[in-house]
Amino acid sequence: MSILVNKNTRVVVQGITGSAGFFHATQCRDYGTNVVGGVTPGKGGTEIDGFPVFNTVLEAVKEKNANTSLIFVPAPFVMDAIIEAVDAGVKLVICITEGVPTLDMVKVKKYLEGKRVRLIGPNCPGVMTPGEAKVGIMPGYIHLPGRIGIISRSGTLTYEAVWQLTNLGIGQSTCVGIGGDPVVGSTFIDILKLFEKDNGTDAVVLIGEIGGSAEEEAAEFIKKNLSKPVVAFIAGATAPKGKRMGHAGAIISGSSGTAADKKTALENAGVKVCPSPAEIGETLKSVLN
Amino acid sequence: MNIHEYQAKDLLLRYGVRVPTGKVAFSAEGAEQIAKDLSCEKFMVKAQIHAGGRGKGGGVKLAATPGEVRQIASEMLGMRLITHQTGPEGKIVKKVLVEEASNIEKEMYLGVVIDRTREKIVLMASSEGGVEIEEIARNHPEKILRECIDPSVGLQPFNCRKIAYFLGLNGKTVNKAVSFISGLYKAFTENDGSLAEMNPLIVTREGEVLALDAKLNFDDNALYRHPEIEKLHDPAEENPMELEAKKWGISYVKLNGNIGCLVNGAGLAMATMDIVKYHGAEPANFLDVGGGASAEQVTQAFKMILSDPNVKAIFVNIFGGIMKCDTIATGIITAAKEVGIGVPLVVRLEGTNVELGRKMLGESGLNITTGADMREAASKAVAAAQGR
Repeated sequence: MSILVNKNTRVVVQGITGSAGFFHATQCRDYGTNVVGGVTPGKGGTEIDGFPVFNTVLEAVKEKNANTSLIFVPAPFVMDAIIEAVDAGVKLVICITEGVPTLDMVKVKKYLEGKRVRLIGPNCPGVMTPGEAKVGIMPGYIHLPGRIGIISRSGTLTYEAVWQLTNLGIGQSTCVGIGGDPVVGSTFIDILKLFEKDNGTDAVVLIGEIGGSAEEEAAEFIKKNLSKPVVAFIAGATAPKGKRMGHAGAIISGSSGTAADKKTALENAGVKVCPSPAEIGETLKSVLN
Repeated sequence: MNIHEYQAKDLLLRYGVRVPTGKVAFSAEGAEQIAKDLSCEKFMVKAQIHAGGRGKGGGVKLAATPGEVRQIASEMLGMRLITHQTGPEGKIVKKVLVEEASNIEKEMYLGVVIDRTREKIVLMASSEGGVEIEEIARNHPEKILRECIDPSVGLQPFNCRKIAYFLGLNGKTVNKAVSFISGLYKAFTENDGSLAEMNPLIVTREGEVLALDAKLNFDDNALYRHPEIEKLHDPAEENPMELEAKKWGISYVKLNGNIGCLVNGAGLAMATMDIVKYHGAEPANFLDVGGGASAEQVTQAFKMILSDPNVKAIFVNIFGGIMKCDTIATGIITAAKEVGIGVPLVVRLEGTNVELGRKMLGESGLNITTGADMREAASKAVAAAQGR
């Protein structure tokens, strides 16, 4: 078992004729993911390296039964792309693109209210169920099928955590990058709920970072609702106030959003927080024993 | 992106938001002339830097005559203004805002934020003006109203009335506040604001509602659709290295330690700083070369790190996903040839094409210490910086 993506995932890539979209569509297919085609308005009816290209997401859904969209379109067109995918009836939308205006996401989130669809991202590495489906830009070979769920606001730091687990022989059920923006499609809590229900997940690694209060809210949720052990790392303990650390969401504003506050909240919820990013694998191993 | 108070006031005025009458000056003579043209009883002279707390640092002063405005402006221009937000190095004042001094009847606070938990725009109002909102939130949370705006219908007049009554306004002032708040909301949403603070928002003895101070920040990700806002950017307010980095598509933040960090990805870059600290040293910078950096960008990143005289060792921590390890290796070798790397270099490479990357570095003849994993590399970098 796993969450979000598996062998039945049928991916349509929005922006497949762009360089990033094409490269990663190919990489996903090479991993074994069922990429059924792509969308580039105006290029419908053509083919790119064996991928059929459609003018609209709806065509891809009708003709190829696509149930998941993977978005690479440039930031100014992301709002349009997400809404098109939802309107076409896919059940999962994963948006890799970074640099999406926050107020666009505010509108998108309002639009999604009450709809039976899940959005992951934007500004995220995507979702990976090792051995079944890679729907994103993460390197496939670092993963190992197994029973640990991973949720993260970061990209490469997630790879680091996965790699530490794999080197210890500990596999992953599903790895979810929720993205580093202030407003994202799915929060830590949304994904924690899925992992709690998943029979294939025994424990969860949560990787947070400075900025906002998503980790504090996750801690509150974990305390009340999670029966599975959680291990966490919070990046940015050494970050100065008021400076954006790469991600649009990673900024300590005033006295809120510090790593210390997040660490305390998580520890109070019974989460084991790693003091060093090099100890994520070992810490997880210790809670399994 | 941050803009100056005078720019924020100019913009707000275009949306019908009332602000004191005034103008920006770049010289003492200019400031005096503006005061003469204003023909009012008292004047405010306000240093224009991107930081709060200017009053306490001597950056906001009252003047009775145009001559006094000139005197104050001549003292302020060129001074190094230090506030709790500038850091100990302060900021040089290059322009001053000269405006009509208001007769303050009541001071309040009004802010617009994007609430990350509610995922909506929230207006924040408090009857306590002139103090930091974080302080009010800590000591008197009941004195803050948070009015959440539904994105499908936007701000409605009733939202504004609620705020006005919460602030204790009455009579005609309520309508003036409603028009003020609607204008502010419009300016915020039409220009992709990320934060707006009117602190204080005042009611004058004459019954006007004015923004005595105005701070506006904009979403960097949305600047592509607001070229007129982008023009307001003042490069003098930014660290020149951070600005240079931005041109190359690199995220760089200067810090005070002595271990230069070169990393791909924001999360891993923060974690790398953290692990340096965990091993007992301080990072010299945050540096994210990005997901798909080219060899040129890597070379440029090296040059930037090396231009910081505090750097005693460099820690390269790369987890190649999209980025390939041989690209990093090429960047490192080029940088070494072009500028020379006079400090110990510790490299940890993992991910796509790692074998090729390691081989290239091994055959380059450069003196490179490798770390098998993040922990080993971090402790070697710290030891190198401490001369061990």
